[in-house]
Amino acid sequence: MINLSNIYFHYPDSDFRLEIDELHFSSRSKNAVIGPSGFGKTTLLNLISGISIPQKGSVNVNEVSVDTLSDAERRTFRLKNIGFVFQDFKLLEYLKVIDNILIPFRINKALVYKPELKEKAGHIASLLNIDDKLFKFPNKLSQGERQRVAICRALLNDPPIILADEPTGNLDPENKQKIMRMLFDYVDEKDSLLITVTHDHELLQGFHRIVDFQELYKK
Amino acid sequence: MRQSFYLAYRYISYHSIRSLVLIVSIGLIVYLPVGLKKLISESEAQMLRRARSTPLVVGAKGSPTDLVINALYFQQEQKDHITMEVVETVNDTGFGDAIPISSMFSARNFPIVGTDPGYFQFRKLSIESGRWMSFVGECVIGSAVAANLNIGEGDSLVSSPENFFDLAGVYPLKMLVVGVLNQSDSPDDRAVFVDIKTNWVIMGLGHGHEDLAENYDPAIVLERDSNIVKAGAKLYMYNAINGDNLDRFHFHGDIKSYPLSSMIFIPKDHKSETIFRGRFESGVFPQQAVVPEEVVNHLLQGIFRIKQVFNTVFVLVGLATALILALIVALSVRLRKNEIYTMFTIGSSQLKVFEIIAFELIILAASSVVFASLLYSITGLFVDDFIHNFII
Repeated sequence: MINLSNIYFHYPDSDFRLEIDELHFSSRSKNAVIGPSGFGKTTLLNLISGISIPQKGSVNVNEVSVDTLSDAERRTFRLKNIGFVFQDFKLLEYLKVIDNILIPFRINKALVYKPELKEKAGHIASLLNIDDKLFKFPNKLSQGERQRVAICRALLNDPPIILADEPTGNLDPENKQKIMRMLFDYVDEKDSLLITVTHDHELLQGFHRIVDFQELYKK
Repeated sequence: MRQSFYLAYRYISYHSIRSLVLIVSIGLIVYLPVGLKKLISESEAQMLRRARSTPLVVGAKGSPTDLVINALYFQQEQKDHITMEVVETVNDTGFGDAIPISSMFSARNFPIVGTDPGYFQFRKLSIESGRWMSFVGECVIGSAVAANLNIGEGDSLVSSPENFFDLAGVYPLKMLVVGVLNQSDSPDDRAVFVDIKTNWVIMGLGHGHEDLAENYDPAIVLERDSNIVKAGAKLYMYNAINGDNLDRFHFHGDIKSYPLSSMIFIPKDHKSETIFRGRFESGVFPQQAVVPEEVVNHLLQGIFRIKQVFNTVFVLVGLATALILALIVALSVRLRKNEIYTMFTIGSSQLKVFEIIAFELIILAASSVVFASLLYSITGLFVDDFIHNFII
């Protein structure tokens, strides 16, 4: 369960402001966040994940007040609880696909690296049709393949919350459907919570709830 | 730590060419001062060892340095020569033994050293394969000559003309290699040893040709009386000495007057040495007798002064390199800003990123030290070349 209340956030040296009185996401739900660019959809995901903290208000995720945690605690919380599919994938160019998928286990003691994780990574990669790319560098992959690597990385730790920033933005229609079906299956199977930022209205059918940021602001 | 090391290793592997350039650059900067120091120290030790093992060198008056370098290292041609008579005179004094040295020619860029069997005993040289030379025209080669020219017992070596303008004066002589010396880590490894008479044949003081007593070809025999036969240029001169023509080789004039570049003198004892040197200093003998150790020490003093300059230069170069490396690291971190931000957003701490970058620097530094150590370990192989190219 995620609860945001009385949020006020702005980036330094920027006119951008995000104000949310109250926003709630239930456990075991599939949520889509839509709205025009620049309205703060990605910022919302950053606030939930603790990448950014609001100047005012509180962010409560699974009974944890993320905004009150220290920097290190927020990182640990994020690694353990949230699978984040970044809009720009955030893959490291010098690591092969397999190492990019495993990177969360190599950069923080909160997640312990085990050799058997490679097998699990290979399994998820095969579900995403990128198992033949595991030993390639990201610059040898197409945009769609890189996006699937980012999804694979987000799911590896079985997180209870998935935050996906336009996870199908660079995929062809067939792969779009496939990826969304996979994310939905994951949520159903693991009783997780999914929040997806998207511009693609054709994908909205399978979601439990659609949060329109434009509407949110009108309120 | 292990994971940070792994990520650092992956970063360096991915940027392999950039890393290799850094490793080689840093390795060279680390190696140069220590390598040069080793090179100079070992060269100094080798030169002094050779000089200390040679009590006295006698030669014509002139530069003592040239004399010693010619007698010990077979480099630097001696312009003024002594004669064989000096060797005999010196031996007659009873103060010690003289070993003639004639280092005037070369064969395929290796010096030809004319001497007598006493030299090999004095230097404690031994034969690795073959035998010592027994006849005029035979030679025994040092181990480096054999290795470099890929020749051995049974092969032949042709002496080179003294210089381009002396083609008519010095005939090339084809010498038979009869033995190869054991390696001695001294200039003897790079020498072609011949009997002193062979050296005189190369000089043209001795030669072999067809018998003129029964030859009446007017194109060859220009003039004949009861004692003298004058031959023309058509007379065939032997360019190699073998069993068939050995008897036809002969020397003209008095052998006592034949030239030597120098001689090594081994005094019986300290008293004999003192008296012997006194005779040269007082002018009883018109030549000079020098102590090689003193001459080499003097020569090395100049090298040490240059070493001091080098040391200062290396400190400055090292400082400049350290600054450049610091700049490279700073620029690299700046260029990797996005990558570092990615690490943060995924869940890495600043400390972890610092740890990964630190490991990268440690791997680069360790690889550079390994590279420098490799260079350092093979530095000893270049001592001879260093001595020949930069000291003598």
